[in-house]
This record gives sequence, structure tokens and C-alpha cells, in this order.
Amino acid sequence: MIRRIALAAIAVTAVLAAPLRAAEPAEDMVTAFTLENGMDVVVIEDHRAPVVQHMVWYRAGSADEPPGQSGVAHFLEHLLFKGTDKLEPGELSATVAANGGRDNAFTSYDYTAYFQRIAADRLELMMQMESDRMVNLRLSEEEIVTEREVILEERNQRTDSDPRSLFREQLSAAQYLNHRYGQPVIGWRHEMEALDREDALSFYGTYYAPNNAILVVSGDVEPEEVRQLAEKYYGVIPANPDLPERFRSQEPPQTAERRMVYRDPRVAQPYVQRSYLAPERNSGAQEKAAALYLLAELLGGGNTSYLANALQFDQQLAVYTGAFYSGVSLDKTSFSFLVVPAEGVGMQEAEDALDATFARFLEEGVDPDQLERIKLQLRAAEIYARDNVDGIANRYGQALTSGLTVEDVQEWPHILQSVTADEIIAVAREVLQPEASVTGWMVRADEEVTQ
Amino acid sequence: MTGFAMIRAGLVACFALLISVLPVSAEIRIKEVTSPGGITAWLVEDHTIPFTALELRFRGGTSLDAPGKRGAINLITGLLEEGSGEMPAQDYARAVESLAVSFSYDADKEAVSVSARFLTENRDEAIDLLHQTLVAPRFDQDALDRVRAQVLSGLRSDAENPNDIAGRAFSKMAFGDHPYGSDGSGTIDTVSTLTRQDMFDAHDAVFARDRLFVSAVGDIDEAALGALLDTLLGDLPETGAPQPGPAAVTIEGGTTVIDYDTPQSVALFGHVGIDREDPRFFAAYIMNQILGGGSFESRLMTEVREKRGLTYGVYSYLLPRDLGSVYMGSLASANSKMAEAVAVIREEWSRLAREGVTEKELQDAKTYLTGAYPLRFDGNGRIASILVGMQLDGMPIDYVRTRNDKINAVTLEEINRVASEVLQPDNLHFVVVGRPDGLKTGG
Repeated sequence: MIRRIALAAIAVTAVLAAPLRAAEPAEDMVTAFTLENGMDVVVIEDHRAPVVQHMVWYRAGSADEPPGQSGVAHFLEHLLFKGTDKLEPGELSATVAANGGRDNAFTSYDYTAYFQRIAADRLELMMQMESDRMVNLRLSEEEIVTEREVILEERNQRTDSDPRSLFREQLSAAQYLNHRYGQPVIGWRHEMEALDREDALSFYGTYYAPNNAILVVSGDVEPEEVRQLAEKYYGVIPANPDLPERFRSQEPPQTAERRMVYRDPRVAQPYVQRSYLAPERNSGAQEKAAALYLLAELLGGGNTSYLANALQFDQQLAVYTGAFYSGVSLDKTSFSFLVVPAEGVGMQEAEDALDATFARFLEEGVDPDQLERIKLQLRAAEIYARDNVDGIANRYGQALTSGLTVEDVQEWPHILQSVTADEIIAVAREVLQPEASVTGWMVRADEEVTQ
Repeated sequence: MTGFAMIRAGLVACFALLISVLPVSAEIRIKEVTSPGGITAWLVEDHTIPFTALELRFRGGTSLDAPGKRGAINLITGLLEEGSGEMPAQDYARAVESLAVSFSYDADKEAVSVSARFLTENRDEAIDLLHQTLVAPRFDQDALDRVRAQVLSGLRSDAENPNDIAGRAFSKMAFGDHPYGSDGSGTIDTVSTLTRQDMFDAHDAVFARDRLFVSAVGDIDEAALGALLDTLLGDLPETGAPQPGPAAVTIEGGTTVIDYDTPQSVALFGHVGIDREDPRFFAAYIMNQILGGGSFESRLMTEVREKRGLTYGVYSYLLPRDLGSVYMGSLASANSKMAEAVAVIREEWSRLAREGVTEKELQDAKTYLTGAYPLRFDGNGRIASILVGMQLDGMPIDYVRTRNDKINAVTLEEINRVASEVLQPDNLHFVVVGRPDGLKTGG
């Protein structure tokens, strides 16, 4: 067996200093325009394979639901696969499959999206069917009853069978005092059980309209072809003049540090999770979010991060550490830490070590080499991202349903590169305040929790 | 970089078989490249994006664990990113970051996978680092202890996860003491006792040229790939641990209920399957698409979810593996509904074996499968993964071109005969984890 030593370490230093030659973001792949009825269209070209992904995103998610009807946005998403005047229940999916394609949909706090992935020459058929169900849905009482059982099983599977999901659900509920981000996307069980046909149709009538939707087409397509088809199928649907302003009740100042202990007999590996209310990416003002993104990478982005170095390598108090921030959100988002204690390390000890490590990070400041490595990887990530055009499509769909513009999306990689070490420390001091935080311990039900 | 490739071009002997894929994706051409040192790879050149996706597979995977050392091979795939050459873990991680490469490792029961992505502009440095990773891992004791703790934490979580509990029980029942019968991650007992020497032994068992398959897709030409193969893999030893023999698959009809306090039961079900080399494989594959192949239109989804609301998802799948094949399925359903779901699935299994499929179902499945196939080939990473999988499964390089013809050639008579042979309703065994009302262990 050969175990000789290669010279990679030397090569590495040379490359670190060099800029990435081809690190331009994929802006040249993207064309955007708006139809006369207000429907936005984004086209992302990739002509390597004769495939197209056709998506319609609605600016309507679980945070837009009326009080008492948590889960209705997602319930409606399921019901859109039932019939219309022209399509039998299930016919849309069956037609997609009969043409060799796949279809599905997903719902989050700020959006609901429907998509088909299919041979590029079937795009028109997809638009025909998707535009039909934007306004012509027909629901029977029987379909409501059966599909409600399906979403309850989905909640069973995603949430109730998984203590980590249940813990996260409680953490979110405690993080938001007044905003509907505190309600789970899938819904609270007791409210899901009461969802009816009227609830679903009311949400549909309010939000499903071309002036509340974004068409995102990616793959082997020409923007002009997409424009013509979009005008033919979506352009003829009248805008909804009564589309409400997207108003959600906002967070008041958060002034009390919150703590919780979640106990469950199914917990095999206890951990500490801490989240802070944090600003999101806003149109034309993404700098603070960019600094938070880099802060999360510096603190918790893998084996070279500050938390891993301190807690996994030096002190060996944790088997895993992480820091997370997702800035794409219509309203305030969160920044979180996760610490999985090593065997024999108590929850309080782990939490104290997290606090001490973060405090030391603020004192010491950012390691410039580490920041430069992260920025280099982000530049490279833009190159790798072009290999997955559907991923770029998701990026635009999420951004445009979360208050951002095409320009904001394209500006983001440049803003990330421009963030300074001082800005990162400043945003850390400003945002990661105990009063805006929730600290949760997830422990085994029979475990004694001592301080 | 470019200069290097050009200088070496004249020295690289390349045997290129040009195969164009389906008419619909005529752009994809798979070439077989053999390096000067005799290492073969499948290549799709695409210079659109300045990076390459490289996939390596070493046949055998966790099934090559030595007796008493279950989990060693899984553990080394975690340790490969914990230092090599003169670089301990964090120095190594910084080197990976500085090159903006991505190296990832995985081990299943059939193969150890190495998946690499690297930019064209620093390809040589990336390959030097990957080479060092593969041939000169450090397996430092502190890294071993750290990664072992992560694996043990995962094993403890698995022990409380209904899906993992079901999976372990089903494997044990189907494959017994064969490596397929136990989890490749090992057990808390075996993993706790693994030593640093065990890591070196596991490494010797896996990383050898006699079990290697390679694919590359992206911004690289034949000459450069040929040189790369020799740099990266030329000094691997010729042989590793012997491959285990075939497994005797033993599944008897019945139900096993494993008590677990959870609101929703999970079930894994199955019986003996058929091998990929079996002449009936394509017919069985289409038949499974109709029965439970993952679309909303499958019989199982229609009967269990759409009509009755008993589950969020139910699927069946052929699992043809090198050393033993099974035909499997899975679902999750509330404790109060699982018994009904199981009854519906058993009935659908029997009905298909008894009555076969309709001409329309066959046509719809063929249209779907043949139409969907070319859609898989988008993206360097995805194509590289498919190509190396094809080699591991022993498929010819023109398989991509002939596959849809084989699907279309299956007749109604053939699929219905195969359905009556492959589906074995009486041997279908359900492993259910939860507290399902009205279900208990029995034949």
C-alpha cells in the first residue's frame, strides 16, 4: 500500500491568492419581463439537454393564511391536483406522466409553487394546463375529506414521527410573538382537522391570480418563445383587482430571552438549539443580510469554522456544531446555532461553551484568511450552480415571492464579496441579542435536566 | 493548466467509442477513454461550464468489512476528509476550501463512492489533493475518535428511528448473516472497538484498481482525462479484499410487528426479487412502474392514498443488487389505518399477479419511462453519476441508446406472464414498526 506524501499543501497556497477567472454569475442566462396583466416571467436558459422545467410561483404561503386556518395554503396545494372544468381529477399529473414528465408542488411560509419537468417541446401543453388550474379549480366534498386525511398523514410523517421536527415547531412558535412565521407550514393538527372546502376556495380566490404569480421557465427554451406562449395562456387571464396587500402582523420589539426544554422518549441524541430574530434580505438593501450569511459561514460552516474549531477540535465538548441563516424571507427571519454535546457533556455545559465561544469570536474578530476562503468558495459556487438550472430557477422563484427583484438576485453574489470583517462583527453585535433569542434543549423524556 | 494538457496530449493513447444517445439528446456522446497506464473511464465532454464532475466507484463497499469489524469501511469514508499527507484535519479542510473543490465520499453495500467537482483553472492542484486523500490518509487517532463519536451519535439516533428499525429488521430477515443482512454503519459495539489499524486495513480492502469504475463529465478532453487518471489512480494497488459470495435471500410470507411508541407506523414490505441480468428485468421494471413506481398514477398510490387517504406516500421498487435481489416497498400510515393499508397493498399485489395489467397501463408506462429517460441526462454531476452506475451494473456503453427500445419491446403477454412469476403475494412479508391496530406478528 502506498502512503506517500504528495505536494498539495504547497500548491494550495499559490491558488489561494489567485482570483477565480471565470467567476461571473450566471446573469447572461436570465431574461425577465412582465405580462400586461401583471404576471412576472423569468426565463433561465440552459441548452445542454432538451429539457424544460415549467414553474408557477404564487405570492401566497402559510404566513398569508387567515387566523385559525393554519395549513390551508398547503392543503390547497394538494387540492390543485384535483379537477377543473377541462381536466378530470388527476388528469394533469397523468398527462404530464404520459408525456414522460414529472410534476409536483411545494408550499412554504411565503410561497406556493407548482412545477413540471418535461421534454422541452411539451412546454405549451404545460402552460395550457397550469393556466387552467390558476382560475378554474373544481372541488367536490368527497375530495376534500379524503385529501384532508392525506395531509394529516403527511403531518404524521414529517412532524409527529420526528422529535426534531416537533422541537423545531415549538422553537419557531416561541421565536415569533406576533408574526405567522410562528405557525407551521403544514398546520397545527387541530386546525388542519377543521379545514373545509370553503377555506380552501377562499384562499384560492384571494391569491391565485396572474398578478400574484411568477412564471419561471428554465432549460432548453428561448425567451421569445416563452413570451409568446405565456401571453397566449397566462396573458388572457384577467388580473384580480381585489388582490389584497400582503400584510402580516409584524413583530413587536422582543425584550425577553425565551428558554424551553422539549422532552420526548424518542430522543437519542440531545442537543441545544438557539435562534435569534434576524433581518432578512430586502430589495435594494441586502448588505446586512450578506454580513449575516458570512457570519453563519464563519461560525458554523464546517470543520474550519470557529465553533467547530473551539468545541469539536480544541475543547472536544461537541460532536457537531452549526450556524444557520437564510435571508430569503418576506419578513423577519432567524439566525440559529446548533450544538450537539459530546458524550458525557451536559446541556448547560454545552450551552455555556457556545456562549463563551461566541463572545470570544466577537473579541478576536474575523480571521481574514478564513473570510477570503469563504468568498472564494462563494465565487466558485456560482460556477457550479450553473450545472443545475432548476436550482437557479428556485433561487428566482423564492426571491421574487419574498419581496426581492431580479436585480437583487443578481446583485447578491457581488454584495457577498463586498462585505468586510468589520461589518460582520458589527452585525453580529447588533442582531445576536439575548432578548431576541429562544434557547431550546431537546432531551430524552426520562432525562434529568440539571443546571 | 491548458499547457500541461497539450504537452501530454501526444502521449495519451485514447480509444474513443463515440456513442450518440437518444435522438432527443443527440448532444450527449459517451466516449470510453483508456489512460496510458491502462485505466478506463467513460467521458462526456461538455465545455459549457468550466468545471468537471468526476465519479469513482470501488465495488464491494461496506460488504468488504472484515469479520468483527462492521462499520470500518463506513468510518473511513468519514475519515478521508480528516487529513492526508502532512495535513491534519483542519489544515486539510482549509486546503479543500482554498481550491473551491468539493470531494464527497459515501459507502453502501455495493460500492464506495468518491464524487469530486473541480474547476478547470486549478484542476491539477485539485487532482493532486484528491490523489493524496486516496493514497495517503492519516487516520489520526484524534480524528478517528471524533468521527467515531459522530457515527455513534448517528447509530443511537437510528435506534430510535422507526424507518431505521424497520430497515435493519427487514435486512436481517432477508439476508441473515451475509453482509447485506446488517447495516454497513455497524453497531455501537463494533464501532466502539475499531482501532486505527482497522482503518488502514479497511482502506487496503477497498481502494484497489481491480474494482474501480470511473466517469467524468464536463470541461475536460480525452487527453487531459487520460493523464488525470494515471496521476490520480495509477499508484493504487492492483487488488484489495476478495468480494463476498452471493446471498441466499430467504423471505417468508407474513407480518412482523415491532412495538414502538409513535403515532404513525412505518412499514417495509417485500419478497425475493430478480437480478438485472434476468431476461425478464425490463418487463418487471415496467410492471413495477404500474404497481408502485413512484408516480401519482401508480395502482398503490391510487388505491391507498387517492381513494382512501391512508398515507402520504406508498412506493414499490425492484432492488437488484450484485449479491442478492429483493422486491421492496414502503409506506407510513397512522396506527389506526395501517392494517387497512396493508390489506389494500396485499390485494393489489395479488390482483396484479392474477390479472396482469391492461394494454393502456402498459402503453402509459412505456410512454412515461421512455419519455422520462433522456430528462435524466442534464447536468455534469447527474450524468457522471449515471455513467459510473451503468459501469458498476455491467451495462454496455451503448446502453443509453438501446434502453428505450428494450422498454418498447415488452409485450402485454410478456409483462403479464412476468407479473405472475415475479410477484409472489404469498411470500410478501411486512415489517411494521409502531403500534398498528389489528396487526400482529404472524404468518
